[in-house]
Amino acid sequence: MNSRRVNVVATAVLLLSLAGTVMTLRTLDGMRRGATLREVLYFRSPKMLRRMSLGYSGLVADLYWTRAVQYFGSHHIAQASDFHLLSPLLEMTTDLDPKMTVAYQFGSNFLAPAPPNGAGEPEKAVALVEHGIQHNPDNWKLYYALGFIYYMDLKDYKKAAETFERGAAVPKAHPFLRLLAAQMAQHAGEYGMSRMLWTATYETTTQEQIRRNAIDHLLALRVDEDVTQLERIVGSYRERTGQLPSSINDLVRAGLIGGMPVDPTGQPYKLTPDGRIELRNPDAILYITKGLPPGHRSPQPKPEPTPPSGK
Amino acid sequence: MNSRIANVAFNTFREAVRDRVLYNLIAFALLLSAAAILVGQISIDIERLVVVNLGLTAVTLFGVVIAIFIGIGLVSKEIEKRTLYTVLSRPVRRWEFVVGKFLGLTGTLLVNTFFMAIGVFLALLYVSRHFERGDFSITAALYFIILQFLIVCSLALLFSSFSSPLLSAVFTFALFVIGSLAEDLRGFAAAAKGITAMLAGTVAYLVPNFSAMNVVNQVAHGEPVSGQLILCNTVYALLYSAMAISGAVLIFQRRNLK
Repeated sequence: MNSRRVNVVATAVLLLSLAGTVMTLRTLDGMRRGATLREVLYFRSPKMLRRMSLGYSGLVADLYWTRAVQYFGSHHIAQASDFHLLSPLLEMTTDLDPKMTVAYQFGSNFLAPAPPNGAGEPEKAVALVEHGIQHNPDNWKLYYALGFIYYMDLKDYKKAAETFERGAAVPKAHPFLRLLAAQMAQHAGEYGMSRMLWTATYETTTQEQIRRNAIDHLLALRVDEDVTQLERIVGSYRERTGQLPSSINDLVRAGLIGGMPVDPTGQPYKLTPDGRIELRNPDAILYITKGLPPGHRSPQPKPEPTPPSGK
Repeated sequence: MNSRIANVAFNTFREAVRDRVLYNLIAFALLLSAAAILVGQISIDIERLVVVNLGLTAVTLFGVVIAIFIGIGLVSKEIEKRTLYTVLSRPVRRWEFVVGKFLGLTGTLLVNTFFMAIGVFLALLYVSRHFERGDFSITAALYFIILQFLIVCSLALLFSSFSSPLLSAVFTFALFVIGSLAEDLRGFAAAAKGITAMLAGTVAYLVPNFSAMNVVNQVAHGEPVSGQLILCNTVYALLYSAMAISGAVLIFQRRNLK
């Protein structure tokens, strides 16, 4: 075989093999979906893993954190209700690197909300953040994350107030923690309190997705509050006139509201014949709990390839 | 097989044996015997697990070290000692020399792995007193280890065809480590966006994929290995080796040996 022919054959083999390896890898990836994760969890002991990492436990923790994010992201995209590997992955991550505060902050937010927005395990989220506080007692963001879970997911307002109080005592803590702790006693469970929390989330994060999420929640809160308020006004109208208003204009004409109320998308609210207030397009705003037609499920965010969905 | 390739391969094997490469088997035997006896005394019910995990990991690491340290010298040593000129002055073509070297090194590792596999099974018999049905999957893990050696040998030879022995060792070892995390890398690439995703995806598909060939944990827990995985890994290892060897041939063809 002359040199030129050898070159041609070798180049052809190289290119064909390259194409073949890519195709085979795609088949392998399809076959082994989730295999890496299963393998990771053969090791349940962070102590053992730390020894195996030969002192590079920080790097291994980074790897575990990335896997936790991927695990959450893929399940979130699939709108899954089972996130059973999330908690062990987060525990391993934070045991390997107890100073990785991002894993407590975001990890707890993956764990706490109900599926499909999270794993629906707020107690585990609390344990995770408490572990974080134990190792990072001067990080006020962890107290905020913990208070947030107590308030939003567990509805334990007393604990939430205590946690914000603890956080406010930390050196260089953000001033809103003291404000939250003070307001909590009087206004727990009110829309204003939730608005404060989401506004704080919006103002203290640098992550675009989290900002977006905070905005969505703030918009939803506005809708919930508007609908509650408008339905109360409809009740007043009925008490005054003995009948339900036929449209929202009746409320305006009666001087109960100043003008036609609109939702955050600019659409006027709709009054139903049975006196309820509904949105004209209930799928336009995420997370709303009021203003939905009967049986209509609260719209959920469209999943993105990368999480997180929380604060 | 072309008799010239066979001759180069056989001489490569003979040279490795003469270099006392197979002495590593003694270290391997000592390691496994000590582990089997020690773990039996100081732990509870993980003797089998330790023997399989430690045995297969040791087979992999010993083999990879041998593949790298012999592979990187295959071309450069021949040039340094000027024996390459003697070989190429005979009717041996450059591509035949490269392919023969690859086969010789692979053969050395096959023999080495064969004896180590016997060691693993003997240690397993010692701790378990009998073989179980699940132990059969250990042969699949050993087969995958051999497939990994094929790729490592071809990479070592590829780097050896244009780089210094030290750099070749570094490159090959680095690719072995990256390749062992290849599935993660592809996962990260899939989660990335824009140009990062494109770059990460390209790298992820170019580096060797050793992740799918590492079933040590799986077989240590007695889980079977699917036939489809065996088939895919075989095809992949052969194609990847062919790709690296073709690269080595192309470089070596152009190399000025004067």
